[in-house]
This record gives sequence, structure tokens and C-alpha cells, in this order.
Amino acid sequence: MSEAAATDHATTTGMSHNKLAMWVFLGSECLLFGALISTYLVYRGRFATGPAPGDIFDIPFTSVSSFVLLMSSLTMVLALSAIKRGDLRNNRIWLLTTALLGSLFIGGQVYEFTTFFREGLGYTTSPFSSAFFTLTGFHGVHVSIGILMLMSMFISSLRGSLRKEHSETVEIIGLYWHFVDIVWIFIFSVIYLVPSPTS
Amino acid sequence: MTATTTVEDVVGQPLGVYTRPRGGNGWRDWITTVDHKKIGILYGVAALFFFVVGGIEALLIRLQLATPNGTVLGADMYNQVFTMHGVTMIFLAAMPLSAAFANYLIPLQIGARDVALPRLNALSFWVFLAGGIVLNLSWVLGGAPDGGWFGYAPNTGIVFSPSPGMDFYALGLQMTGIASLVSSINLTVTILNMRAPGMTLFRMPVFTWMILVTQLLLVFAMPVIAVALFLLAFSRLFGARFFDPSVGGDALLWQHLFWIFGHPEVYILILPSFGIISEVIPTFSRKPIFGYPFMVFSGIAIGFMGWGVWAHHMFVSGIGPISVAAFSLSTMFIAVPTGVKILNWMATMWGGRIKFSAPMLFAVGVVSMFTIGGLSGVTHAISPADTQQTDTYYIVAHFHYVIFGGIIFGLFAGLYFWWPKVFGHQLSDLIGKVNFWVMLVGFNLTFGPMHVLGLQGMARRIDSYSPGFGFEFWNMVSTIGSFLIALSIAIFVVNVIRSAMKAKGQPPCGPDPWDARSLEWLTPNPTPVHDFDEIPVVESLDEFWHRKYGTDENGRVVRVASAEEVCQDGSAVGVHLPSPSFWPIVFAAGLPFIALGLIFNLWLTVPGGLLVVMAIYAWVFEPVDDPDAAHGDVSEVADTTEEAPVV
Repeated sequence: MSEAAATDHATTTGMSHNKLAMWVFLGSECLLFGALISTYLVYRGRFATGPAPGDIFDIPFTSVSSFVLLMSSLTMVLALSAIKRGDLRNNRIWLLTTALLGSLFIGGQVYEFTTFFREGLGYTTSPFSSAFFTLTGFHGVHVSIGILMLMSMFISSLRGSLRKEHSETVEIIGLYWHFVDIVWIFIFSVIYLVPSPTS
Repeated sequence: MTATTTVEDVVGQPLGVYTRPRGGNGWRDWITTVDHKKIGILYGVAALFFFVVGGIEALLIRLQLATPNGTVLGADMYNQVFTMHGVTMIFLAAMPLSAAFANYLIPLQIGARDVALPRLNALSFWVFLAGGIVLNLSWVLGGAPDGGWFGYAPNTGIVFSPSPGMDFYALGLQMTGIASLVSSINLTVTILNMRAPGMTLFRMPVFTWMILVTQLLLVFAMPVIAVALFLLAFSRLFGARFFDPSVGGDALLWQHLFWIFGHPEVYILILPSFGIISEVIPTFSRKPIFGYPFMVFSGIAIGFMGWGVWAHHMFVSGIGPISVAAFSLSTMFIAVPTGVKILNWMATMWGGRIKFSAPMLFAVGVVSMFTIGGLSGVTHAISPADTQQTDTYYIVAHFHYVIFGGIIFGLFAGLYFWWPKVFGHQLSDLIGKVNFWVMLVGFNLTFGPMHVLGLQGMARRIDSYSPGFGFEFWNMVSTIGSFLIALSIAIFVVNVIRSAMKAKGQPPCGPDPWDARSLEWLTPNPTPVHDFDEIPVVESLDEFWHRKYGTDENGRVVRVASAEEVCQDGSAVGVHLPSPSFWPIVFAAGLPFIALGLIFNLWLTVPGGLLVVMAIYAWVFEPVDDPDAAHGDVSEVADTTEEAPVV
């Protein structure tokens, strides 16, 4: 993340290299999740002898954890707004809050996976189960990487090395974080809100 | 070679846990380099090495098929060799050789001193190399991949392919895919963000345009193959049921995912070559490229339409008549922008004072041979004909005319054309011409007969054939042709060595050996470490040519300046350049441990993962290089003469 600071030259588009690179990367990520969501859509009805999606999904529970994740986008914006004002204390508070909300979402996912496993839905049970765990698992890994980046920024801030002039770093990681949230809206709608087949 | 690093001493100890490497002499400089030119050379050397490896695999295939009931390889080994031939040539030779040109030339063509994210550029190369090594380690670690480069399910499953070969395929290609993705993001940002003043999008050379389209294709195609390879790897390693028909898994899913990546991949391979010959043909025809906007827009059109034709690889997979009809039509349509390009190259040559130097010969080779491949491609678009041709040698003939005739010839045109730019001396033009004619004859002898064999019904991917089907003669011709191709590669190697030896002790060749047109020739040959003495201000397409030529009062083109007057002399000092870094290669070194760990013993993933995590954190907290530290404070001239290494 340090190249932009190093080469302070004006860019052709006016956007820094790092930020433009993040946008291009997020474009690429759309296709990654697009392919995973397509795989899930092909396989959502193929549960073989295992549990069917409509039998095990707990929509109220996942709605609550989705709400938690979406709220973390709000706190992310507050963190960016704080560091842009030079308010490092509030920046730290909101970074930590964002990371905690993300962790709460991951905790919900772990709980959900464990429950499904107890109900007989293992990773190797059926094409449906493999596709479900792979899609939501990939999203969970993305959130976890986001949490690691948030915590790294939080610790940097405690050490005094994340200051007002680094607000673009917060903004770029924020872009990633918002993307992961927006993708979840699609995943949540496709997996949980579209009526699922039952056995 | 040392100019990047000697001044590191000036930088002093910056803040933070890690310091930037101080570099040094020789190999240390190469493994920590972030210089786009050195990375380009590294890509080129690695790609040509893998090209030879893939070529040896091709010769083994041709030896096996030279006579009926061949016994050179045997069925199992044949499967491995033809799989690795395809994987090596596509992912480890053609793509990285294009990346070599892109890395070296893009900053020079747009008037920049490096790519946007230099350390990520180094990362791309090292991860690609690690992926290539992992793929080829399979030969000694239990067997190479044997499911074809297309890896159709369920043949690639643990049941039909019990050796670890397909695990190496899934994980090795995942690594080269990461490398391509990182590199494509980097080059996209570079082209969009680092153009010199006045270098508008429509003043960019056609090569730069084609590379931009290629990178955008990579940005969106790589994640799709990544998902396909994850599904395959999870199926084989963790027992996921994606491709298990007994519980409802669908083999067609793999085919769709693979070809949604795979067909854009065809254009990812061909567009850089199109870009190269779009630079070569105008230069040697002494004319501007005919219909520049059409060249650019047809390239963009290919980039878009390339996403809508993938199912023509699947006409006999049972996808239904409506899909077949739709994809037949879109496949015929995509021949239109390609035809536009071919007509424009011919119109560029038309009426030009053509000089048939070696690069031009290879470029004309592309135009003619690719046209044959394109036409046989249109015959596949007609689905009833394709039903007859699928899985026969007719298909093999088609895609080799496209890939060898279209891409390899184009890359060789580029090698001969830009060799003086990179190494400061020209390759022998006479040997180059011999190289071209031997390659052209060998290529047509090898792949021309495959049209006949295919229409006679010889099946591809089968390790032997029985006598009495009329296959004997043309197979023998094809095998003889393949050894002629090998001879032409040997001639190229001889040319490289001989030219380097002749150039030793000589001053570098002049600044403009070909009377070229685009911005990269504004720098001296070989390119100095800082590229441009001062960033040029661009006023037109073919900027370099317009600085050399003007018009007299009668409107006739006259030379107004010599190349020596126009070119920069590379004498600038005090140019700030990005510092080298250890962490790209450390990151890349961790990935093979993770891959081998997933295949053999999960404990191995621990050191691999630690290396990767350490590299990431060290990378992020590495001190930014000091903006006040300038490179090249030592005598630049003395260094650039040493800069031409013998490859």
C-alpha cells in the first residue's frame, strides 16, 4: 500500500494507482462470486439423500447476522470520515467496531455451519452441500481477510503510524469491505430469500 | 546492472521493522528487482525455457504417432505428455512471453518510467515461475496431469485419474492464474494512469491498445477459471461432490466454467500478437497503420464478443438446439472484427515500400497463417460440420494454425523487432530469414496434414492408431515437419548466441535500427535503467516518426531530423526509481509449500502459509522508498553498456 505515497506524481485519471487497482480488482471479484453463485444455483436442488436447503435454513437467524454485516459498512464509513477529519481516536473506535461487527457475522456463520453439520449436512453430502459451503465459505474468508486488514490498521493506529495523510489506505480497504457487504446482499438473496426446494 | 542499487546507500535506515534491500551485484539484483525491463527479460527467459520444454513434449507426441501402433510413450505416458504439452505451451510459454513484451514495452510506449505497482509486478513473475515449477514437479512426484489441458470432468476426478497429477494441475494453474490476475490489474492501472502528457487513449500505439484489451479480458476471465480449479481441487482433495454424477453432480458445469474462461483466453493469447504485428507491419511498409481507429475498435469488439462464443466448444455436449444456434451465430460474427484486422494489415502493406527483414517476414507469416486458421475456425461455427470435426485432428490443425501460426509467429516477429531495444544489438537478419522459412515450412508440414487426417476421421487424444486407415503417410509427414520446427528453434538459439558474441565489445547499435514509429524508440538502445531522460510530451499518434519526418512546401514527406537528434541519449542522472524488494519472491516461495502440502501432507502448508503471511506484512510495512533518493547518480553510460546480458 505504500507505492502511492512513494511516487507522488499526478496520474492520468487523477485517481491514485492503489485506488484504481482496488477498483479493477473488485471488478474481477464480481466474476469470482458470479461463478460461485452460478454453481450454487445449478446445484441448489441436487441434495441427493441429504438435507434439502428448504429444510434446514434458519432465515430469521441469518437475517440478523446479515443486518450486523450491513451495519459494519456504516461504521466503516464513520471510520473513514473520522480519519479524514484527523480524528484519530474516533477512527480507531470505528475501525474496531467494524472489525467486531464483522467478527460477529463470522461467529454467526460458524454457528450456522456447525448446526447444519449436526443436522447431517456435511461438505461431501451432496452437490448442494458442497456448493453451499464453498460459496458461503469463500465469502467468509473474504470477510475474515477484511477483519485482519481492519485490525492491522487498528494496531498501526495505536502505534501512531496511521495518520490523517494515510486516509486513502482506510478508504481503499473500505472499498473492499463495502464490496464484501454488497456481495453478501446477493448471496443472501439467492440462497435464503429465493424459496428453496424442500425434500 | 548496478545502477539501481549503488545509490541505495544514500537511502539510510528508514523507519519500520524492515528495510528495503540494498541490492548488489549479479543474481541478487535480479531476484529483488522491481524494474519492469528486468522483469520483462525474466518473463522472456522463463517463457522461452518452458517453450522448449513444451516443444520436447510435442516431439514426443509426434514420435509416438509417427507410425501405427506407436510404442514410444505408451497410453498412460501419452496422456500425461499431451496434457502437459497443452498446459505448458498455453500457460507457461505463450502467455508469459506476451507478458514479457507487455512488461518491457508498455511503460516505454506510454512514456512512463515503470509500471504502476512495481513490487506487484515482481510478484506476478515469481508466482508465475513458482506455478510453472509446481506443475512440472508432478513429473517426479507421482505423475503428471493426464486429463487434458481442458480437464473435463469426470475424467479428472479421483476415480478416473488416481495419480496426483490433476492436483498439480489444479493448484499449479491456480498459481499461474493469480500471477496473471495480479499482472493484469497492474498493467491496466499502468495504461490508464501513467500516460505521458499528451498521450491520449487514441494516440496510444496499437500494441498498447491490444495489451489493454488483453489485460481487461484477464481481469474478468481469471476469476472464472479460479473458481473452476477450486471446485476441481476441493473435489479431489476434500471429497466435494461437484462433478460426481451419482449424486447429481454435473460434468457440464466444468465445461461451461472452463470455456467461459477458455474462449476469452484464446483472445488473451492472440491479441498481444496482433498488437506486435500492428507495430511491425507499418514500420517495414513505411506507412502509418491503415485505419487506426478500426484496428482499435475491432480489438475492443473482439474483447467483448469473446465472452459470447464459449459454447462453440461444446456443440456435441448436448446443450440443446437453441444454444447451439445462438453460439453458431455469435461465432460467425466474431470473425468480422478479426477480418477487419486482416484487411487493415494488408491495406497497410498495399502500396508501401516494403522491406522484408526478419520481423516483417514473421509478421506476414501471422497474417497468412492466421487467416488459414481463422477460416477453418469458421467451419467449426457451422455446427453440423463441427459435429463431424469434433475430437478429430481437424480441430488440432485449426487451433495450431491459430496458436502457432497466429501467436508464435507474432511473438518471434516481436523478438526480432525489439531485440536491439532490449539488448543493444540486432539479431542477424540473414539467419532470421532462414529461421522464418524453416519454421514456416516445418509448421505447414506439421499441421497442414492434420486437416486431412481429421477429415479422414483420425481421433485426437488417442495414443495410437491401427494400420490400414490411410493415416500412415500424413502422420509421418507431420512428424518430419515437427522436427523442422525444432530445427528452426535451434536456428533461433544459434542466432541469439552468435549475435551476442559478435556484439561483445562493440558499442550498442544505433538508436533507431528500423526507422520505427512509436515512443519506445525515443530511448537509447539498450534502454537505460531510468527509461526516459525526461518524460516526452506527445502530440500525435506515431510520435517518434513525426519527430523525424515533416512535409515540405509541396506536401511531400521529408526527413527533418536524424534519429540521433531525436533520441534521448540516456545520460540523465538523479532520476528517482522505486527501490527493489525481497518480499515478492518470498511470497512466491511460500505458495509451492502450500500446494505440495495440500497434495501430500497438510503440515507442509504451515511453513508455506507463514512465509506468505510474513511476506505480506513485511511488504506492507516495508518503508516506502525515499523520494529524495535518486538513482543513477553514478555514471549511467558506463552502466548501460554492461547492461546487455547474454541470454
